[in-house]
Parts: sequence; C-alpha cells; structure tokens
Amino acid sequence: MSAPNKSYDPVEVETLKPEEIERMRDEALAAFAAADSLDALHEAKVAQTGPASPLALANREIGALPPHAKAEAGKRVGQARGAVNKALAARQVELEAERDARVLVEEAVDVTLPYDRVPSGARHPLTTMMERVADVFVAMGYEVAEGPEAEAEWFNFDALNFLPDHPARQMQDTFFVQGPKGTEESGSGVVLRTHTSPVQARALLDRELPVYIVCPGRVFRTDELDATHTPVFHQIELLAIDEGLTMADLKGTLDHMVQALFGADMKTRLRPNYFPFTEPSAEMDMLCYVCKGESIGNPDRPCRTCSSEGWIELGGCGMVNPRVLTACGVDPEKYSGFAFGFGIERMLMFRHNVEDMRDMVEGDVRFTRPFGMEI
Amino acid sequence: MRVPLSWLREYVDLPETETGRDVQAKLISAGLEVETVEQLGADLKGPLVVGQVLTIEELEGFKKPIRFCTVDVGQANGTGEPQEIVCGARNFAVGDKVVVVLPGASLPGGFTISARKTYGRNSHGMICSSDELNMGDDGTKGIIVLPPETEVGKDAIELLELVDEVLDIAVTPDRGYCLSIRGVARETAIAYGLPLRDPALLDVPGPNAYGYPVQVSDPTGCDRFTARTVTGLSAEARSPIWLQRRLQKVGMRPISLAVDVTNYVMTELGQPLHAYDRGLVEGTIGVRRAEAGEKLTTLDGVERTLDTEDLVITDDRGPIGLAGVMGGANTEIADHDDVENATADVVIEAAHFDAVSIARTARRHKLSSEASRRFERGVDPQAAAAAAQRTVDLLVLLAGGTAEAGVTEVLAPSAPRTIAVPADHPDKVAGVAYGRETVVRRLQEVGCDVYGQDDLIVTVPSWRPDLTDPNDLAEEVIRLEGYENLPSTLPRPPAGLGLTERQRLHRRVGRALAGAGYVEALNYPFIGEQVFDQLGLEADDPARRVVKLSNPLNDEEPALRTSLLPGLLAALRRNDGRGSHDLALFESGLVFLPRAEQRIAAVLPVDRRPTDEELAELNAALPEQPRHVAVVLAGAREQAGWWGKGRPADWADAVEAARSVAREAGAELVIRKGQYGPWHPGRCAELVVTVDGAERVVGHAGELHPRVVKALGLPARSCAMEIDLDAVEAAGDATAAAPRISTFPVATQDVALVVDAVVPAAEVEEALRDGAGELLESIRLFDVYENAEQLGEGRKSLAYALRFRAADRTLTVDEASAARDAAVALAGERVGAELRS
Repeated sequence: MSAPNKSYDPVEVETLKPEEIERMRDEALAAFAAADSLDALHEAKVAQTGPASPLALANREIGALPPHAKAEAGKRVGQARGAVNKALAARQVELEAERDARVLVEEAVDVTLPYDRVPSGARHPLTTMMERVADVFVAMGYEVAEGPEAEAEWFNFDALNFLPDHPARQMQDTFFVQGPKGTEESGSGVVLRTHTSPVQARALLDRELPVYIVCPGRVFRTDELDATHTPVFHQIELLAIDEGLTMADLKGTLDHMVQALFGADMKTRLRPNYFPFTEPSAEMDMLCYVCKGESIGNPDRPCRTCSSEGWIELGGCGMVNPRVLTACGVDPEKYSGFAFGFGIERMLMFRHNVEDMRDMVEGDVRFTRPFGMEI
Repeated sequence: MRVPLSWLREYVDLPETETGRDVQAKLISAGLEVETVEQLGADLKGPLVVGQVLTIEELEGFKKPIRFCTVDVGQANGTGEPQEIVCGARNFAVGDKVVVVLPGASLPGGFTISARKTYGRNSHGMICSSDELNMGDDGTKGIIVLPPETEVGKDAIELLELVDEVLDIAVTPDRGYCLSIRGVARETAIAYGLPLRDPALLDVPGPNAYGYPVQVSDPTGCDRFTARTVTGLSAEARSPIWLQRRLQKVGMRPISLAVDVTNYVMTELGQPLHAYDRGLVEGTIGVRRAEAGEKLTTLDGVERTLDTEDLVITDDRGPIGLAGVMGGANTEIADHDDVENATADVVIEAAHFDAVSIARTARRHKLSSEASRRFERGVDPQAAAAAAQRTVDLLVLLAGGTAEAGVTEVLAPSAPRTIAVPADHPDKVAGVAYGRETVVRRLQEVGCDVYGQDDLIVTVPSWRPDLTDPNDLAEEVIRLEGYENLPSTLPRPPAGLGLTERQRLHRRVGRALAGAGYVEALNYPFIGEQVFDQLGLEADDPARRVVKLSNPLNDEEPALRTSLLPGLLAALRRNDGRGSHDLALFESGLVFLPRAEQRIAAVLPVDRRPTDEELAELNAALPEQPRHVAVVLAGAREQAGWWGKGRPADWADAVEAARSVAREAGAELVIRKGQYGPWHPGRCAELVVTVDGAERVVGHAGELHPRVVKALGLPARSCAMEIDLDAVEAAGDATAAAPRISTFPVATQDVALVVDAVVPAAEVEEALRDGAGELLESIRLFDVYENAEQLGEGRKSLAYALRFRAADRTLTVDEASAARDAAVALAGERVGAELRS
C-alpha cells in the first residue's frame, strides 16, 4: 500500500484509471448476473464488495492521489460501487423470489386431506331446541323457571285443578313413587311429573306478580318406547299472569313464537279443548311451515310434514283457570293470564324430519353430532 | 264416540249437500275433536241384492266343504233365473234370505266381482258375509242371514244402510253429554244455527205406586232411580236390521233384542240403562254401598270382591249389579239362542249415580264400561225417565211386549245450578267486545236460562255438569263465537332479568364439553339395582339407596338413578355395539336421592294459598334432586391419521372433563388420588371443592375398574367422570377478576426435581408455587421421567418450566434464580424433592 503522497507528486495510480474502474464494475456486475443461487451470490458479494474486493482496494488508493485528482477519482469509484450494490440488491431480490417460488412449491400440501383428529362433539338437539324456544321468550322479558322432576302430586295435579277422581287425572298415565313401607303402593304423594305445568304453580307461589315465565323440562308418562312414544320426554311451558291479560294476548304470544321459530309469515290456530288447569282451553295448531297450508285439498301438492292437513298440532293452551290462581294465593278477581305447553320431541320431529322417536332417546352419536352446538 | 251422519240427521236438518268432512270442520271449530270421518261403503258398487237360497249341492273332494247354490234374486240379474253361486260358508240353509253380490259389482277394498269358474263350477257372484261388506262385528263371522220377511231382489246397499259417514269424536272429559247422539246433535244444531229435535222430549207417564219396588238407601250415591217393566217379550224377536246396523256403526256388537235396545237408547240419549230378567230378580231392587266381603259375579264372568265404597244394586239375595258399571250374571237377560230360558219380562233401570263413586269403583275393579265412562263424565239426570220410556217403547214395538203401567221413580231433591257472572266477563276473558246480547244468546243456545242485565244469573242445563264457574260460561261464548275470530295482541311483560347464573352455567358446561368433543346423550332415569353390583359399589354405599316407582314400565328397572353412569355407560355400549368405537359422551341431568326418612307428600287444600310451612314440608317430602354431569370415554380420543399416531382416551381425559366443568363454574377443583367403586383403584381421581369453608368430595374421574368394564360389557379401558354440578356451582364464583398484565420481559427457569414415585405431582407443584413467591407468573410440568438406573428405584423426575416476571421492572438473572432456588428449597422441604443434577 502506498504511503500518502505528502509532497505533491502527481503519481499516476493505475487502479484508479477510469477504464480500470469500469472494468472492475463490469466484472462485478457479471459476477452477480452469473450467480445462480443465493449462495453463489453471497460468494460473489464477498468477492466484489467485501474489504478485499478490487473496488474496495481501489477506493483506498484514492488517498494517494493529489488533491485535485481525489475528488474526481472518488466520484468515479463511488459511482461504480453504487452501481455494483444496486445490481447486487436487484440480483438478491431476483434470486430470493426464485427460491421462494421453488420452496413454496416444494412445501405445497394437499389441503383436501381430511382432518378428524378429535371428532367434534355436540349437544343434544332436544336440549338446544328447548333453549331456542326459551330464548324467544327471554327476549320478550320472560324468565326461565324450573322445578323438580319427582314432584308432589299436589303440584302435579291438585293445584292445577285435576280433582282426585276426575277422568283427566287418570288420563295422564302417571308414574307413582313408592310410599314408605307400610303404606299403600302409590301412597307417597310423589309422582314423576307428567307435564311441566307444576312449575306454573311453583312460579306463582315463589314469585312476585306479575309473572311471565317459561319452563322447559323433562316429563314422564307410562308409555312404552316406540317410533312415536317415549316414557320420558320434554316439554316447554309458558305462564303469563298479569292484570287484564286476555285470550287475544295468548293468541298473539303464540303467533309471535311460531314466527320467531319458523318465519315471519307463520300463524297459529286455536281449537276448543279441555284441560283442567285452563278455562277456556284450546288446542293450538301452527300453520305448516313447509306447505304454508297449500297442500289442503290439493292432491298435486301433497305435504309430508303436515300430511296435507295444512296445520301441525303443537300442544295445549288456555286461560289459567281461576281455581289454579286461588290455590296459589293469587286473587283471580284482579289477575288473569294464560298458559301453554307443548312437546319438544314433536317439534324436533317435524322441524328436522326426525322419523323415529327412538333416535332421540338412544344417544347414538351419529344422530346427535350433526346438530352441533345450537339448533 | 262414533256418530253416523245418517243418525245425526234425524235430529238436525242439515243441508243435503253437507258432507261428513263439512260437519267435522264445524264441530272441530265448536270444540269437539272429530278425529276421523270414516266413509262407509265409499268403494262399494252394486248390484248387491237380497236373494233366497233355492238349492244347495255339497261338492265333494275339496280340502274344505264347498257348496254349489242356486239363489233366487228376483229380477235383479235381469233374467229372473236362479243365480248359480259357489260358496265356502255353511251357516245358511235352503230358504234363507241372504245378501248376493252380482258380477260387475265391487266390494270394499276394490274387490271386483265377475263370473268365474271355481271348484269345477261356474259361479256368478257371491253370497256375502258381514266382513266382506265391512259392516262391523255381527257376532257370526259368517254369511248374513236376513229376516225371513225381507223382500227378494231388493237393493241390499240401501237395506243394510251400507253407505254412510261416521264421525269419530275424541270426547274430552268435560263433555260427557257428547257421549250420545243427542249431545253431538245439540252441538251440531248450534254450530249450524239450526233447531234441534231433542229425542229426549218424550211423553213420560208420571210415577205411581205400583211400579217395581225400589229402595235407595244411599241418595248421595244415587239421586235418581227410574224402574219400568215390560212383559211378554217374544222369544223369537230379533233386533231389526236398522237397529243392528246403527249399533255396528257406533262400534257395538248386536247381542239380543233387549240388550241391543238398551245399548241403542244409551247411545241415542247418553243414559246408561240396565235390563234385568224379572224372573231372576228376587224382591225389592235396592241401591246401597256394598258390605265388606260381599261378592258379585259381573256379566263378564269375573267374580269380584266388593269394597264398602262400591255402590251396588241389590235384590233380596244381595248384590245383583255394580251400580253404573256392570250388571251381575245372576239376573242377566238370556241369550236369544237360549230359547228354553228365554227372558219374557224385564225390569228396566235408568238411574243417575255419583260420578266420583262410579269412577272409583271402575278404577278399583279395573272395569271401564260404556256405562261407567258416561257416569264418570256426567250424565244428564233429567234424561233418565225419557230413556226408560224410549226403552219401553222400543221393546213394545220390536219384541211385542206390553208396558206395565207401574212407574217407579225415586228422586233425591235437587235444585238447578246457577252461576252469577258479569255480562262482560266473556269479553274480558277473550279481549273481544261481544256485548251482552251476544253473550246471552250464546248461553241460551247451549241450554242455559239467563236472567239479569249487567250481572247475569245463569241456570245451567242438566246435561252440562261441567259448567260451574264464570270462566266455563266464557268458554261457551268464545268457542261459539269462534276461536278463529280471536284477535292477536301481544302483552307487554315487565323487563326480565334474562337467564340466571345457574341457567347460564348449565348451558356453558354443555358447550364446553361439546367443544371438547363430547356428544350429549339424554338417558332415561330408570335403573335396576343390580347395576350397583356391576358398578362395584360397597354394600353400604349411599348411592344404593334409591327412590322406587310403584308402577315401573319395566320390572327390571324399578328405581330412579342416583348416578348418571348406568344410563351413560349403556349408551356407550349401545354406540360401541353399533360400530362407533371412538366415543366421548356426556350427560347433564338430575339424580334422585331419597331423604333420610321418607315422608308422605301431603295433599294440600286448593281453596287457598298453602302456608309457607305447608310448602316447606311438602318440598321436604320430595327426594333430593341434585344436577350431576358425567362423561364416559372409550376408544381413541385422538384418531390416528396422515398426521401421525392417535391417542387412546385415558383417565387424564376424564379428569380434564371435570376440570373443564369446574372452570366453567369458576370453582377451584382439587384433584386427589381417590378410590371408589366403579373406578380402577390406581387410576381414580377424587374431585374436591370447598363450599362454605368445608371441603367436599363432589365426584370421581378416571379409568373404570376392569371388573366393571367386564360386568357391563364395555370396551376395554373405558373411562368416566361424574360430578355434582350443584356443588361445583356452589363452590364457584362466576366473576373472573382481570389479571394485571406486565409488559416487562419474562425470565424463564427450568427445573427437574426428583421425588419418590408416590408423591403426587399436585403436591410438588403446590410447593414450588408457594416457594417461588409472587414473582412466579406461571408454572408448567413439561416432563415426567422414571428410570431406575439413573434416578434410583421408586423415584421419578418432574421437569417444570417456571416463568418469572415482575410488574414494575425487568428481573435480573439473580432475582429469577433466587426465586427458583426458594421454590426448589420448599419443594425439598415439603416433599423431599431433589434438584436433578
């Protein structure tokens, strides 16, 4: 390496000649262009831009130049190094893109591979159906009430105006709990509740008026399990007791429910019926949500869901019998209200085309899984 | 109740064009549940004619006896020649009048008749049985033999009234009066706004002193007893075709004229009747309660020991009938084949019995009859005399009898029932302004007498014992005005509080478990006690104390569950048997635990609110019913696949399910080594929570005991968890406190500790936590290692990652190390842990 030329001596420095710089630059550019991989480019980078590279060496020679030549040589070398670095960066980008493209292709997978490592779980559709119906009413301001499944006969029958020897009481196909030793077989005064209606009485006794509640729950009747019956099934019950409630309010509430569950153009129909705990009482039907009633008397458009009846039987309802209010300490002169109840199994059957009651009972995972978390 | 439309038309002048379906729609709208309309003879096509058998030739050589007959059908076959017919039945003779179907006709079921060769002869039609004509049971199951006076060649479709429509009505318990043609006709007349010809409006002679003697000793049980006598019944008299056909159409079997007539009048008027063979009744007919130990053989041939509450009909010997339920065999009308003992004189009973008494007797003797069904639901007491008269009239007309002039009528005094009701009450119930005029008119239509202006005094008709309260009257008005015309309005409930914490928790637990891959099963709560042996419960295990049903569906399963496992494991086995082997199921539901001492749940009064004490006592008589959650697992928890190996479900999954439930409840769950019946003694976790400062074991989790797996036929290594959700809920706090998040760097320190193999990891971790102090952000066990050579026999190494962080500064290495050392030191002190070198 030359020492600084303190005494002005216009030495010609070979390496700083313009053509020499140009050659170095071109050589570097060629080396980069020739690099066909990131590794090769890295080698070329070290060779062409590293501290031992020709341009780096040339740069050091600048100091040896006379002052008037320094600026010009510096500019020349600087420009060359700039061009080299730019080419390097460009080639780097190019080669990285090439590598990425290749690697990403190599890393490609078959995204259609199935994945059932942990099979999904599900809640039972009867559970979620009850919640869905309850939520319609919760949104209206009703609260959800509950009661025991092994229930006092008084709550299940007497408080609801089922008199002890009335045929209506015999029609309930009741499971009786055995009494203590030494008493009559069914003398315990306890039954498996035959409907969710005892919760009506419990709610009236427990809550402040007005009372607006829904009660989903499990109920029991002595029916053998077959395609359309099960001894253990689910109901949802509604009770509204307030001042001035009318049967028109009952009708409106039912209409709202079927609209919330089955669509805006749905409606219900009431037919007179008899239940001890309501008076007047009615059977409630909803318009068939599939054919919307168009299958009635129309053999060209038969409807499987409603057997071309146009209406689907839903359950029972009515104005709460004042005797029930009296038994629960509510003044029937001041308060009135309505109640209804229907079977969840039935609703699940016609809403989801379940053909056999046993499917809902047996706990087969193949049945339940497709229903997921909500219904 | 089956109601032939032709019969209904006798009392209501329905328009000719009105079909059964039309009437059905009207009656449904008025509140009668007309379930079906049966179209009798809808697919029947003539010629179907009356014929007389002229000759019978017995054909030999066939497997069954075959007859070749010639039958005179008059001009019905167009030729007047005898019709040649092959017939396989034998209950007819030469000269009998029979029903002949001629070629070209179709019988019910689309069975077309044509001339054909059979048994070597040409047969031109068929001699018909009642089955073939779909006529209902006539008791013979053979060829119909018509009365001798029937005209040959006459159209049998008309003669036998084969074309008709029958409404089948499911009568609700309050509408007893609709168990009669009269009652249904009344509803039909109202629905159509037409007048009713009431068949009970008959001229009835007043009671006198020379009727058959009757002594009613229990006027509460029997407030009305009418007795009439008809003598000289012809032994040959048979029920005419029209009467037989009507009984068949309503679903009864013709038996004998006297019996048929009582059944006919009961169907027509709703009043149950009984005919006694007067020759067999000894002395005064009485009505009283049975005496202890008395016996009676009823018409169905069953000897019954009577209860002192049973109301009986007696003669001088003792009971001759179970009042309002069934007559006794000892005074039975003779069968009409029994010519020798033919009944010549009958006493007709038309009485009114107490509904509750009849209901109890029918239930006590498990004997529900046409009569008891009607009395239970309420019979019109005012119709008794008319029904007796109608019976007498028919017996005189059809059996050639003579009505005796004596008329017995024993009556308990009674007043008509009235109800006071504001005239606008129906309007208030319905939410519709009907107005007084409409209300009064509708009430009058159903048979009420109405007085008053704003406040009405309503006298209800004798056939409507169900009308007792103002709301009953409101229903009559509203149903006749049409439920379909009610407006639809929405009440405005006060703002509600939404779901309770508890209800949210139940939903959350379900979602958490379903999210973890469990599928919900809702199992029946019925169990057999042998399952406790299969589950390996000790003899004194409290779970063996069960609530039992007195009438289980299945005698093998008379008890209610005290655990969810029997049902859930059965579902597991069922799924496994159906080819699903990798299973994770859960259930959330009530279990039933008997009280220490069972008390009888009282029947409280209903005319007032029960007192709080009464209610508390009532609730204390119910079994305890806590909500449990359980899971069961079998097969693979993670499937093998292209991603690698699978993982079988194991005890840890079951324990994790418990943790997941506790997490949802915000409850701190302590897991301890446990040992309990159904579980593998070395792989059972005891689940513990703290409620009100006291620790409570609330469940177990782990792998099932191999003996249980075998006893219940479960897949090997099945696992299970069951926990008392109510207790977990009580231990929980649903409100999570937000942690402070430090943004200073974390300092991580790993330690491997060697302890005796029996030391529970939970204790080691607790010691490390306590020792590390508040700088410890988290601790995680990342490896468990056992190697006798390196660690010594009965030792294990637990490797933990400790993460330290301070809220206010970057920790120095020295600070983190000091905390770690403190942690290790405490672990050494408490569980003898040594730092693994």
